[in-house]
Amino acid sequence: MTLENGNPLRGETEDHGNVTNAAALCEAPKRVLACHNCDLLTEVSGPPGSTSLCPRCGAVLYRRKRNCIDRPLAFALCGVMLFAIALTNPFLAMKSGGFVQESTLLTGILELWKQHLYGLGGLVLLTCVAIPLAQLVGLMYILVPLRLQLCAPGSILIFRVIRHLDSWAMMEVFLIGILVALVKLAKMATIIPGIAVVALGLLTIVMTAAMTTLDPPLMWERLDPRR
Amino acid sequence: MTSRLTSARSVGLVSCHDCRLLVKEDSPAPGAARCPRCGASLHLRKPGSLARTWALLLAAAIMYIPANILPMTITSALGSVQADTIMSGVIYFMHSGSWEIAAVIFIASIFVPIAKLTILIFLLVSVQLRSHWRPKDRTVLYRITELAGRWSMVDVYVVTILVALVKLGAVASIEAGPAAVYFACVVVLTMLAAESFDPRIIWDVIEEDS
Repeated sequence: MTLENGNPLRGETEDHGNVTNAAALCEAPKRVLACHNCDLLTEVSGPPGSTSLCPRCGAVLYRRKRNCIDRPLAFALCGVMLFAIALTNPFLAMKSGGFVQESTLLTGILELWKQHLYGLGGLVLLTCVAIPLAQLVGLMYILVPLRLQLCAPGSILIFRVIRHLDSWAMMEVFLIGILVALVKLAKMATIIPGIAVVALGLLTIVMTAAMTTLDPPLMWERLDPRR
Repeated sequence: MTSRLTSARSVGLVSCHDCRLLVKEDSPAPGAARCPRCGASLHLRKPGSLARTWALLLAAAIMYIPANILPMTITSALGSVQADTIMSGVIYFMHSGSWEIAAVIFIASIFVPIAKLTILIFLLVSVQLRSHWRPKDRTVLYRITELAGRWSMVDVYVVTILVALVKLGAVASIEAGPAAVYFACVVVLTMLAAESFDPRIIWDVIEEDS
């Protein structure tokens, strides 16, 4: 893993004129990126596995990935299977006196719904189940045809949506929530974690892996309708 | 020949917000144009960035007050009813010896939202005063707020799990209090605020003045 600064493009605008210079830059979209944090034009280069940083503000401009279709596809497939396990198996069970209270991942959301907290229930459903699941399924929909040198209809729109939803999938935060809830209830009752908790923990890792092994600039070049 | 750094804007290029393709900015009405590669509408900067961020931040700050005053959970055990706010939860964990958990809740539910509000307001004010002060560090501050915001959701999830698990009828049950809703709103609003702020305007101000 190498870390390097990209080369900033030095201003030559006054000599060559804006139009020709801009046209030259447009023709080489692979190598020149504008920093999303400070708008600096930078030439990114380096072998797969290296990371280019913005020389002005330090933002990560581009992480080049190896096997950028196979790896995310494998992780997405694994993620969908883990999701099936997490949703169908018992999540947490609470034993207190003679009572045993078992719950699945969706019970909590249903319970919020029953208490008329629709917004809260919807938010948890979206951020912990619906959005991550949609991202994984969407990735598979795009990557399986790409693997076969095809392009599924609507891939571009789906990929845009997947990237926009990234900050709203919060399963790792949910895991910390489980931990806190367990400590809180430890004195009240015995808590038995189910298979779904393990599946969810693995899913968090797999989900992160699927997203970080993607190479978005390369994906955009593959999906480009103008090619 | 000058050798200063070149931004995309200064050579008339727009970077697509979705796929980062560089497109020549020749259309007279920016915003109407679409990216030729991914079809997203092209903007030189996020539209209405300052006004949107201010509006979302103010809404979040207002919601933050009931989120801290009202009860987060209402626990009824064997006839007695106890309402817990965010802070009383932290204090409970401190007294019961779970320092780590108290720290997690304090950082996620109290420190992070306040830090986020303060940093974003500071960034907005510094841009509007056309400040030249340490633009790189201000960009780093922005990146921190963007990354840390999601962790505030911890408390909302804790409430969800507690409500789902503890419903043993007359023996013990936990219900979500009104603060849970307000707090969830604070987290979502601050995340939207961070998303609508465009850090590139920090650098634009400096470029325009030089």
